[in-house]
Amino acid sequence: MFARAFQSSLRTPKFRLTPLAVRLLSQETKSAIEQAISSAPVVLFMKGTPQAPACGFSRATIQILGQLGVDPHKFAAYNVLEDPELRQGIKEYSEWPTIPQLYVNKDFVGGCDIVMAMSQSGELSELLESADALVPEEEEEK
Amino acid sequence: MDLTADKLTQIIKERLQATEVEVQDMSGGCGQAFAVIIVSDVFRGKNKLMRHRMVNGALKEEISNIHAFTQKVFTQEEWDEQKKMFGV
Repeated sequence: MFARAFQSSLRTPKFRLTPLAVRLLSQETKSAIEQAISSAPVVLFMKGTPQAPACGFSRATIQILGQLGVDPHKFAAYNVLEDPELRQGIKEYSEWPTIPQLYVNKDFVGGCDIVMAMSQSGELSELLESADALVPEEEEEK
Repeated sequence: MDLTADKLTQIIKERLQATEVEVQDMSGGCGQAFAVIIVSDVFRGKNKLMRHRMVNGALKEEISNIHAFTQKVFTQEEWDEQKKMFGV
């Protein structure tokens, strides 16, 4: 009975939600995203997995991170195709309309275009270096 | 109302005061994927992330309705340098 009353109150809201309130991220999704972003120094939200990217932009981004020598132990990838809430939520959280999305030390870096431009200019390897996220160079033999 | 390269070019020129716009339809006809180059002095003094956010903001509706959107943005000065360097 309670459930039904609750439902009907949902159908006829006493007040109109503003568009902003409707679009507001649920606290649950938000904290799940925050947890994901803090799970590694380098975090990528992508379509598919690093081994099997499901989109050319995600593939290109993964390739760049690989070429720059990101340490797999300092990297986490989240497949937005596995989780519709994450897929929509991350766009709102980052205020960024497309996937993939790269975070370094919890800071939003950008999408594929930015990652590509920053890798060409050398900015990205500088950023990753300063985040201590690259595979350590092998020590020279003496 | 499907987006075309021409329509998108017009929209970008208006909303971002772009002096040069190049829109490439990468979708093979379905109007779902575009690669754009935007030259505008509204980008002056802004870093890459801020610039892309400006474009994403100005084209919010359009981008949310298509599958893929890739952008390169320059100020007029940067673009002139590109042209000089690469003869594009």
